[in-house]
Amino acid sequence: MAEIRNYTLNFGPQHPAAHGVLRLVLELDGEVIQRADPHIGLLHRATEKLAEHKTWIQSLPYMDRLDYVSMMCNEHAYCLAIEKLIGVDVPERAQYIRVMFDEITRVLNHLLWLGAHAIDIGAMTVFLYCFREREDLMDCYEAVSGARMHAAYYRPGGVYRDLPDAMPQYLPSPYRNEKKVRELNENRQGSLLDFIEDFTRRFPKYIDEYETLLTDNRIWKQRTVGIGVVTPERALALGFTGAMLRGSGVEWDLRKKQPYEVYDRMDFDIPVGVNGDCYDRYLVRIEEMRQSNRIIRQCVDWLRANPGPVITANHKVAPPSRVDMKSNMEELIHHFKLFTEGMHVPPGEAYAAIEHPKGEFGIYAVSDGANKPYRLKIRAPGYPHLAALSEMSKGHMLADVVAIIGTQDIVFGEIDR
Amino acid sequence: MPNKLETLKSALEAALGQKVQSLVEALGELTLVVGAADYVAAALQLRDDPALGFEQLTDLCGVDYSGWGDGLWEGRRFAAVSHLMSVKHNWRLRLRAFAAEDDFPMLDSLTGVWPNANWYEREAFDLYGIMFNGHDDLRRILTDYGFVGHPFRKDFPLSGNVEMRYDPEQKRVIYQPVTIEPREITPRIIREENYGDLAGKS
Repeated sequence: MAEIRNYTLNFGPQHPAAHGVLRLVLELDGEVIQRADPHIGLLHRATEKLAEHKTWIQSLPYMDRLDYVSMMCNEHAYCLAIEKLIGVDVPERAQYIRVMFDEITRVLNHLLWLGAHAIDIGAMTVFLYCFREREDLMDCYEAVSGARMHAAYYRPGGVYRDLPDAMPQYLPSPYRNEKKVRELNENRQGSLLDFIEDFTRRFPKYIDEYETLLTDNRIWKQRTVGIGVVTPERALALGFTGAMLRGSGVEWDLRKKQPYEVYDRMDFDIPVGVNGDCYDRYLVRIEEMRQSNRIIRQCVDWLRANPGPVITANHKVAPPSRVDMKSNMEELIHHFKLFTEGMHVPPGEAYAAIEHPKGEFGIYAVSDGANKPYRLKIRAPGYPHLAALSEMSKGHMLADVVAIIGTQDIVFGEIDR
Repeated sequence: MPNKLETLKSALEAALGQKVQSLVEALGELTLVVGAADYVAAALQLRDDPALGFEQLTDLCGVDYSGWGDGLWEGRRFAAVSHLMSVKHNWRLRLRAFAAEDDFPMLDSLTGVWPNANWYEREAFDLYGIMFNGHDDLRRILTDYGFVGHPFRKDFPLSGNVEMRYDPEQKRVIYQPVTIEPREITPRIIREENYGDLAGKS
């Protein structure tokens, strides 16, 4: 009788379903996974080492590039860590803006996740639908920061500037005639808040559209139900957070349990799964989008009624306004010191965590009193999730690995750092 | 109602007793330092004692203290710092253990306590060269295959030691010493204490 040996398969690093640069060494018995060994680090940029050689504020744009589909949430954790070390207060309006953009980011992230996850396991249309809505939210990013993705909008002590009064408009071009442009610009006539409010009114219907395509879809259920089951105890031991933990039925959300900013004033629910499989995690994330929509709406209402400063007046941390800088000696010195030497953070260490769309994103910052971090550790939520890939995929078919990678919401920017 | 951190602090002191080297509260966070010999035993207690209940290892990382305050550091050079979380009690703890030797830093592995320590310890080994005794798969994780050195150590240059290029004569990719000059745009400065009236709220 012929000897049957296990088959080793290299998956990636250039596989479209690997969500970036994942090299996965799979040990197969027939088509059944025996062991999966992810080789990561192909996107390693040593962000933490680079941050040790830059002033505190210069490292901020690096945070966008960690998890490059939920940019502002990364900045948020970084700013929280610095604010904790310095002990600076953030104006209330800035806190609401942060919460609103955190939730916009959550929707952005979940939309990309949903589209990519669906296209990985065979549903094309959802991807196109998701990108239609992402476009609107990207425009919000652009309106507020000037950049569609890498915003660098949150700053220690607040946010860079207040919300704009006008939305950017589409212009006619050889590809778009006047009539089409007028249609596209129809909901962009007011301020950014008007646009966001309009979006929150449209968005629940869009989620219904995705659900029509997927939730009761027979093929979708065959690909996700019972795949990658994790028990709640195991999920905790493996360091799961966010939707991966809630999908297993653990009711844990930092926004509720350890509220930061103004989340304690928001009215929203935490969805949890029952079976801990890919399908439950899908349902959890879909419901999270609906809840995010609720939070955004509450923030819009508050922000309309309450104007105010959006960044701290402590000029050792945040720069003074341009007008003051040009007309006032003291402010000029502050400006100069801040942009040449940077802020000094008192010695100490702090860990700040936020409920990132993917899980708990934490920044552990150690300062020895210099104008640069002594050590910065980024706790990426995807890291322990990917580490558990071998355990989750064992005994499943080769095609299910793709579903499991999809459900983990892997982004290599944060895992490799 | 007593403060949550106070409750945790007294529970830690009661449970760990002699194992506690220091237990400091700062910025609303508790930091526990244990000796390298007690590291795993303390971790097991932290996980299993129902009064503590740290079910989850949130994060583990290496730290190199040799450059602290531009040479003011006295004490061991390498430490492993972990952040623990308890879902049951909703509290966090920072656990630090210094490796006994600076030339060959070694600590016991936490993989038997929290399984997700596996990759975190591989990372700390890769970036800082901290060896974890009892870890059964201590390979490099983030750096390239065949990388030499531990890049996050303070004496490792930011630009690295070698660079890679394609050599048209040998018709293959070769490594050579770096050709770029190291430069620092903003110098690192430590000012006197309470400079700019910034002080952490404790």
